[in-house]
Amino acid sequence: MPPLLRLILWRLGTSLIVLIGVSMLIFAIARVIPGDPARIALGANATAEQVEALRARLNLDEPIVVQYGIFLRDLARGDLGVSLYTNRPVTADIAQFLPATMELIVVAGLMMVLIGLPLGALAARYRNSWVDSTIRVISLLGVSAPSFVWAVILMLLFAYFLPIFPIAGRISEAMAVPRVTGFMLIDTLLAGRFDAFRNAAAHLALPAFALALSGIGQAARLTRANMIETYDKPYIEMAQSYGFSERKIARSYAFRPSLIPSLTIIGLDFAAMLGNAFLVEAVFAWPGLSRYGVEVILRKDLNGIVGTVLVISALFLIVNMIIDILLAYINPRIRHSTRPS
Amino acid sequence: MTDAPTLLLRDLRLAFRGYTGVTEVLHGISLHIRAGERVALVGESGSGKSVTARIVLGLLQDQRGARITGQVRVEGRDLAAMSRRARVALRGRRMSMIFQDPTSALNPVYRIGTQFTEVLRRADPAITERAARARAAALLDEVAIHDPARVLDAYAFQLSGGMNQRVMIAMALANNPALLIADEPGTALDVTVQAQTLGLMRRMVADHGAAVLFISHNLGVVREFADRVYVIYKGRIVEHGPTAALFDTPRHAYTRALMAAVPRITGGGIPDLPERDDAFAAPMELHPGVAEPEAT
Repeated sequence: MPPLLRLILWRLGTSLIVLIGVSMLIFAIARVIPGDPARIALGANATAEQVEALRARLNLDEPIVVQYGIFLRDLARGDLGVSLYTNRPVTADIAQFLPATMELIVVAGLMMVLIGLPLGALAARYRNSWVDSTIRVISLLGVSAPSFVWAVILMLLFAYFLPIFPIAGRISEAMAVPRVTGFMLIDTLLAGRFDAFRNAAAHLALPAFALALSGIGQAARLTRANMIETYDKPYIEMAQSYGFSERKIARSYAFRPSLIPSLTIIGLDFAAMLGNAFLVEAVFAWPGLSRYGVEVILRKDLNGIVGTVLVISALFLIVNMIIDILLAYINPRIRHSTRPS
Repeated sequence: MTDAPTLLLRDLRLAFRGYTGVTEVLHGISLHIRAGERVALVGESGSGKSVTARIVLGLLQDQRGARITGQVRVEGRDLAAMSRRARVALRGRRMSMIFQDPTSALNPVYRIGTQFTEVLRRADPAITERAARARAAALLDEVAIHDPARVLDAYAFQLSGGMNQRVMIAMALANNPALLIADEPGTALDVTVQAQTLGLMRRMVADHGAAVLFISHNLGVVREFADRVYVIYKGRIVEHGPTAALFDTPRHAYTRALMAAVPRITGGGIPDLPERDDAFAAPMELHPGVAEPEAT
């Protein structure tokens, strides 16, 4: 079996185990926290009989192990139950809210990689010069404030005082296009509406940037530090002794080995972004899954909580799997090890 | 031009500017290496051996805070008078370097074959992938690697230290440089491999007609390998001479101390200094007859 395929299968297997663990944990936690979901859903005026009926309908009168069994049975059929908050199947809710959050996070993640890594590499190549100092100040600014603060600042500066970008939402109402994938950037292109695409991109720019800023700073700082360390390695001196150009040394000899630790951290940053996305979504009135997740937690909507957490965990696992595969591609030591670790 | 020495250093001085002022680390090094000659630069750690090698390669000239004065002539051309680009052009073509630890000097994320191609492209930018591979295989065969295809497809961490050392020697001589700088080659390897490496290097530099600046702290190795020896101590050349003469009648107190410090197989640890006189306490003093003669 090719090592890379082996690695992917191994990661899929361990991811599945992690998902099962997460589902058990969140299933138990959601039921242990105080408050009766049926009472919260029906309100203070409902009668005891009504509450009891709803509890029976949700199988809350069964032992927790039986409840988990029913949950697994339904999950196998692709059914996550009905949300008490929206009164719709949780799967439908997720299908509606997930694309907005995914779009936000994917664009923020791309910004993190496409802006953060080159900034760090640039700082390392021109270390201790004004280029380096400038980048270090910018990246320090980026990491020193949480994303919701940046969201408010960016909104004030570039949507309110200087109205370059729209203030909130995903797209102007006049530009609305039929929903196909739920990804605004893709749907507008599918509809062949480039004006709408530009409009959606403009709506996306500020929230994605606010979400990405701390990640950009962190990626830049980490890449710079790693690359400066790499510059001290004997193989860089060897490359210099052969007269390879500085550009080539920076690009392939120093950058590539430094990418390995940076990518690992970027994978972890993705998890942080899923959390931060809630506040950014709140600031920019972005109808995403993070906001939905907080709503269902506050209403103790059991099915909603479990569904949201599972989807976010799966997202996190997928992102980290992609990172691991990239790492294996970059680092021959991983690719050629007999057992993936 | 043809009879100019391959390498000529005249009163080379190096100083670093730091927060506390300027620190001079080389106080006027003069030495020369003629074409095809094997010359050793011997001294303890921190004596200035390695920085001298880096100046010859032109690696320190571009570093901020480093001040270099004196002459460095490679095949008669003064490095200081050359543009940066011309200095870089010499590296990998007219001179190359072998490093102390072969495994960490080869890039960990590229295959040996890829690195070899890059090196060959320094002399012949138009060389095809295929021609480069064939040339690399031939060079590896010269250093007694008999399955070049496997080695070319391997990464440095998949090969032994001795194997990587031979790869590095083959790479360094690939473009037939006039000068090969060997900075403590094989110190990171075990003694038997080191001895093999030395024999191999001797044969290879003879075949490729390269002169060698051999940097070492190991007098045993130097005695085996070099035609002439310069002893460097605290940034000064304190003695030089043909290997046999220098080992027979060391004239400078420091040279005698260095020789006494060679570990002996009979044990007994590092011997005490053979003498503690004023000459040893004042190592900066040049004894008559041991200075570098004016080169022609």
